[in-house]
Amino acid sequence: MTKRVGIEVSLAVAEAARLANVDVVSAYPITPQTHIVERLAEMVANGELDAEFIPVESEHSAMSACLGSAAVGARTFTATAGQGLELMHEVLYIATAMRLPIVMAVANRALSGPLNVWGDHSDVMATRDVGWIQVFAENGQEAFDLTLWAFRVAEDPGVLLPTMVNLDGFTLTHVIEPMMLLDEAEVKRFLPPNHYPLPLNPAKPVTMGAFATPVHYTEAKKAQEMALTQAKTTMLKAWQEFADLFGRHYHPVETYRAEDARVLLLTMGSFGETASVAVDELRARGEKVGLVKLRMWRPFPFEELRHAVQHTDVLAVLDRALSPGGPGGPVCSEVKSALYMQEKKPKVFGFIGGLGGRDMTPEDFEALIMRARDMAHKGMESEFEMIGVRE
Amino acid sequence: MPQQNNNMIEIRWHGRGGQGAVTSAELVALAAIAEGKNARAFPSFGPERRGAPVLAFNRVSTGEPIRTRAEIAKPDVVVVLDPGLLRIVDVAAGLKEDGVLIANTKKSPAELKAELHLKQRVATVDATAIAREVLGVTIVNTTMVGALIKAAGVVDMESLREPLKHRFGHLAERNADAMKEAFRKTVIEE
Repeated sequence: MTKRVGIEVSLAVAEAARLANVDVVSAYPITPQTHIVERLAEMVANGELDAEFIPVESEHSAMSACLGSAAVGARTFTATAGQGLELMHEVLYIATAMRLPIVMAVANRALSGPLNVWGDHSDVMATRDVGWIQVFAENGQEAFDLTLWAFRVAEDPGVLLPTMVNLDGFTLTHVIEPMMLLDEAEVKRFLPPNHYPLPLNPAKPVTMGAFATPVHYTEAKKAQEMALTQAKTTMLKAWQEFADLFGRHYHPVETYRAEDARVLLLTMGSFGETASVAVDELRARGEKVGLVKLRMWRPFPFEELRHAVQHTDVLAVLDRALSPGGPGGPVCSEVKSALYMQEKKPKVFGFIGGLGGRDMTPEDFEALIMRARDMAHKGMESEFEMIGVRE
Repeated sequence: MPQQNNNMIEIRWHGRGGQGAVTSAELVALAAIAEGKNARAFPSFGPERRGAPVLAFNRVSTGEPIRTRAEIAKPDVVVVLDPGLLRIVDVAAGLKEDGVLIANTKKSPAELKAELHLKQRVATVDATAIAREVLGVTIVNTTMVGALIKAAGVVDMESLREPLKHRFGHLAERNADAMKEAFRKTVIEE
């Protein structure tokens, strides 16, 4: 039966992997992800979870071990963060190309240098194009739910793609908060056993990770692109099933008090909750403002995003990563690109903030929303602004 | 300052790395959640060095779910685990006018109040002595939870039973004793 408990978010993610009855966990500890895999190692060691925990010497090896285990049809989980995700980088593409349904929690963290273990989205943005399904959690409940959901989607015979659940380092991973956890019987109703269609088996040889000459490479890439965009149907269906069973609803793009808003702020991840407090405060002062939260990052939810912002005049986009020398933040670039062909579109202003664990308060979000409104009123143009910089 | 709701208490814990401020915040959150309240505990995410000043935070709400995740700049309650921090850290920074500062010190609350030039309520307890006597070590995380409950309420002592058992196993009873002893010995200056 569903029970309400206080639990650290990292431990809830580990609990989700346990409830999914994973067969293999291979991981390398790295802050702020460590508590997730530490807990899983403990569960394996004390018999709470019947799985192989493969300790490795690096994240490159962790993901490589995950390739092997997913290829034999074992339900496979790992977690990493920051530099760890970057060290995995080249192997991430292989998981996509081999259509291996690995589930990975990423405790989003800044990238060096300077060395910084705190939260931002630099790590996941650098792996934007690896071909994985990528979603963001806003709170602990979502991190738990989305981890279970990720297995359901990744292993679906019509999807077979690795799936990344992003949760903000520290601001989610290290927080204790109340959550509704599920039990084994409930999870069984949602998550069927993993039946990988063509597992590695000496008795029935298959080719995996083949070489492709210029004659075939383009077609293979086209197939990967189709697999990822078409995965969306299953992602939505699984969210609907989850809602039907457990009453918690998930959507590619979610909004808060956005209906009649003249100014919208778009965020991803745990900032959404703090920003919603700022929206309430501004609404109380009569400002027509609202919030848009991007949950689905890959595949990108073009239609849902356009729908969410279609009536607003101004859209402020907050990125927690920088594309140096480029158009500012990766999320803002993609939002602008999604809106470019629209006849009626809001004025979009990009902001970069919350880098390397820099805290953002409700007042900071108020200031950001008002800044975007004022820039629009004054007819200002800007590629992006970095907020909170001490000069 | 946007107030999410008036039923929320915000607590800032000051300790040193290894002293257990994070554990104190965890225990309070778990107890509050067990009481059906909404609560969060989180560390300040500073450098995790033993002995360095660290912060931990609690938000406890009897109303709607908590949303803001920002660090607490204007606490209702400040708890100081290490007497040495009183000299080197502005522990009362942002403390609300009707708030309370609770410190582990040998000093009386009146003395500390004068020393820190505070208008707010002050409560003190020699938690180090209690911890040494009851636990045999000078880790005051559970002891100061008792002082918090005496000076600010927040949760019922009884609600700590399960969280203490979960966290400390066979040492839970002794930690509960230290907490109760601090509850008895904490002195509050209005």
